[in-house]
Amino acid sequence: MNAQLNDAELEAAGQPPVPAAQPPADAPRTPARDAASIAALHDAEAADVHGDVSVDELHLTAELTGADGSAVASPDVAEYALRLGDDALILSQRLGWWISRAPELEEDMALGNIALDLLGHARSLLHYAGTASGRTEDDLAYWRDEHEFRCAWLFQQPNGDFAHTIARGLIAAIWMQELYTALSQSSDASLAAIAAKSVKEVAYHRDHAVQWTLRLAGGTEESRRRLLVALTDTWPYTDELFRDDALHDRLGDVAPRPSTLRAGFDEVWAAVLAEADITEADFTNPRIGQSSGGGRHGHHSTHLGTLLAEMQVLARRHPGATW
Amino acid sequence: MVSGAHGLDSRASGVRLDQQTDSRASGGRLEQRVEEAWRIAAAVVDPEVPVLTIEDLGVLRDVRIDGETTVVTLTPTYSGCPAIDQMRDDVLLALTAEGIRDVRVDFTLSPAWTTDWMSDAGKAKLEQYGIAPPTHRSGERQGPIPLSLGVRCPRCGSLRTREVSRFGSTACKSHFECLACLEPFDHFKVH
Repeated sequence: MNAQLNDAELEAAGQPPVPAAQPPADAPRTPARDAASIAALHDAEAADVHGDVSVDELHLTAELTGADGSAVASPDVAEYALRLGDDALILSQRLGWWISRAPELEEDMALGNIALDLLGHARSLLHYAGTASGRTEDDLAYWRDEHEFRCAWLFQQPNGDFAHTIARGLIAAIWMQELYTALSQSSDASLAAIAAKSVKEVAYHRDHAVQWTLRLAGGTEESRRRLLVALTDTWPYTDELFRDDALHDRLGDVAPRPSTLRAGFDEVWAAVLAEADITEADFTNPRIGQSSGGGRHGHHSTHLGTLLAEMQVLARRHPGATW
Repeated sequence: MVSGAHGLDSRASGVRLDQQTDSRASGGRLEQRVEEAWRIAAAVVDPEVPVLTIEDLGVLRDVRIDGETTVVTLTPTYSGCPAIDQMRDDVLLALTAEGIRDVRVDFTLSPAWTTDWMSDAGKAKLEQYGIAPPTHRSGERQGPIPLSLGVRCPRCGSLRTREVSRFGSTACKSHFECLACLEPFDHFKVH
């Protein structure tokens, strides 16, 4: 992805989203470095100076693929990958906003790291989705309009206060862990590879969300009150994640039916709530049902449009921009 | 992709280029070309942890010759790791600088990268560099009760350390502090 920061973030940050560990100038070199390696280094520099090596395409983003780099998704598999890719992309974009604004430095880095993992998942999934229609991951991220996105409503929800971000992250991570665990058994080798890679990272995200849920629930009266408000506001977006539709009928053993993930989700959810000493009655409001969210079919909440405007403006205003 | 490094300064590529031509002329000693390419690619270092080569890390997965093309396969550590682009560029440059003309770098996600692939030499180099290496094999941490082994401070050797944050300066590291010498340090997470 070439343009992952919005204008305001670029201005505020003026640096990459996750601070990269820069080796100090006098960093010790590997003792194993032999003469040939040093010669290679010098040669590389010499080649660079002479401008003889064509490196134009080195600026293109790496296109991470699954088990087989040449795999092409069928239209149905592409539609499925698009849904999951959009979930990851939109949640990543939301979390990116916290960079430089989180309550503490460690949290800044944690949310940035989670956003980066999700962006990696989005790239793999959107790359694969794009193989069905000859589009790149960037084409899909920056050049589709709102009604063409397939993310569920949960991921579009605003960051709110920190408790809202944690509540959203908790539901998202528990669901993703169930999903990717099941999807790693997919009969589609590319989806299975992406899922097996992603599930290891989502485990950290779930752990992060669980730890903060327990801390906020057992912290001060104010932190608990805010967490309960956040759960009340976020919980209605849960059901959409588990709704089957005609696509799943057609996919067969390529993808788990969303409804089959519910039992695993509920088990983890119940365990976390019990540990946090929260009952469903503490945060569910009988007058607020589950959302009818139609994200999988392009019907979105009012929040997605503004998010996309910010995410896509740079790529659209300066087509082909790289840095 | 760097293809056809024509015009490469002969002084820079010199002897190796000749050897390459010779081996092709003599019918192609495929195995030798693969070994040579592996040796060159294996010396490329991780841009964010420059004491580790991509071989130490387990990121270098495969080198093969496909017709005239040398194909190197890398796997990213974490899905979003931005260092993978730099590693790809460095592999391309290292190989072309050695006179291997037609190079392609592929990526694979499967099997998913794990710190179990990190070499013992790599772990020793990490510790010497000030980063606590992975403490155990990744498979041992699955299950309902997470096992967390003590992480040894790479500066003073004490086991009295504390995890400050699971998310550190890069995706692959967590942030620790030593309660004995009071220094903060990075720990390469078991993954």
